[in-house]
Amino acid sequence: MNRLRLALLAVGGAGLAALLVAACLDLPRFGARSHPYGTRAVHASLTRHTANTIASVNFDQRAYDTLGEMSILFAAVLGCVVLLRQARDEHRAQPQPAEVARPVRRYALIVLPVALVTGLYVIAHGQLSPGGGFQGGVVAATSLHLLYLGADYRALERVRPLAVYETSDALAVSSYLLLGLAGILAGTAFLANTLLPYGTFNTLTSGGTVPLLNAAIGIEVASAVVVLLANFLDQAVEIEEEHGSR
Amino acid sequence: MHVLPYLIAAYVFLTGCYGLATSRNLIHAVGCLAVCQSSTYVLLLAVGYQNGATAPVFSDIKPGSRPVVDPVVQALTLTDIVVGATVTALLLALVLQIAKRHGTVDPDELRELRG
Repeated sequence: MNRLRLALLAVGGAGLAALLVAACLDLPRFGARSHPYGTRAVHASLTRHTANTIASVNFDQRAYDTLGEMSILFAAVLGCVVLLRQARDEHRAQPQPAEVARPVRRYALIVLPVALVTGLYVIAHGQLSPGGGFQGGVVAATSLHLLYLGADYRALERVRPLAVYETSDALAVSSYLLLGLAGILAGTAFLANTLLPYGTFNTLTSGGTVPLLNAAIGIEVASAVVVLLANFLDQAVEIEEEHGSR
Repeated sequence: MHVLPYLIAAYVFLTGCYGLATSRNLIHAVGCLAVCQSSTYVLLLAVGYQNGATAPVFSDIKPGSRPVVDPVVQALTLTDIVVGATVTALLLALVLQIAKRHGTVDPDELRELRG
């Protein structure tokens, strides 16, 4: 049975490998000069005063696509919350505070505010410098969890009222939709970047609706990651199986 | 060897597929799926690369002063990373529940249905 499976895999894998190599040989040369999509995307980004072209592609030229991406993130977090909830044959145990080594505690408490500010900075400057809502959101959310490493689980729970983060996750998703609808109300198209003036190139307020959509994504990602990690940590730390239930 | 980066993407993808097919542990399988996914990052970034070009961010370079790499594939890679991370989280949550309900994470032992 197992040998048959491996043989089948070898045949299929060889066929797939041959097709992939044939496709690779047909691709445009690596590092070549002609990038028609890239050139046009850069041009469009510059006419809309967005210094970070990638942010312009994500939140202006392909903003509708980012809406889908955000929905996947939202749905996945929702799925995890449903899957990891407390089952009927489980109970919550109060986690016991554990001893943390002094240097770990000191380092975590020093780095926490720095990491948090860095995350917020990356979100706020998404339209100017490399980064944006997705990256900054993850940095900001994980920085809170330094408290779990440096202090203990109770301390983390105190800075992390889950209901607030769940609500802000949903509100951020809705605000992205509302910003898109505002375009329709203003007489243009859904998620079209025509609502606000484009501003001065390379300043915080440049790019029209790009910084707003970017901020909405930043809040959503930060809240989503906090909720996600909270649910996994709950499984590891708090939720215990009733004895003899299996 | 101007196709080497593309071939590396194909190689990483096939390695992930092999791991998925021969996996004896669901957590290992989720990891292999992540390997498959990372091959798409290599492919996308290789498609957008341009010799001598820099990042498509104009906060510190003058527009038009030097070539930049393709920003479209970089934005696609970003989408890819976010979707990959969330799908991995969802799959790991599923594995956790399977481990709790069935007491095993070996896919071969998960044959019968249980209510």
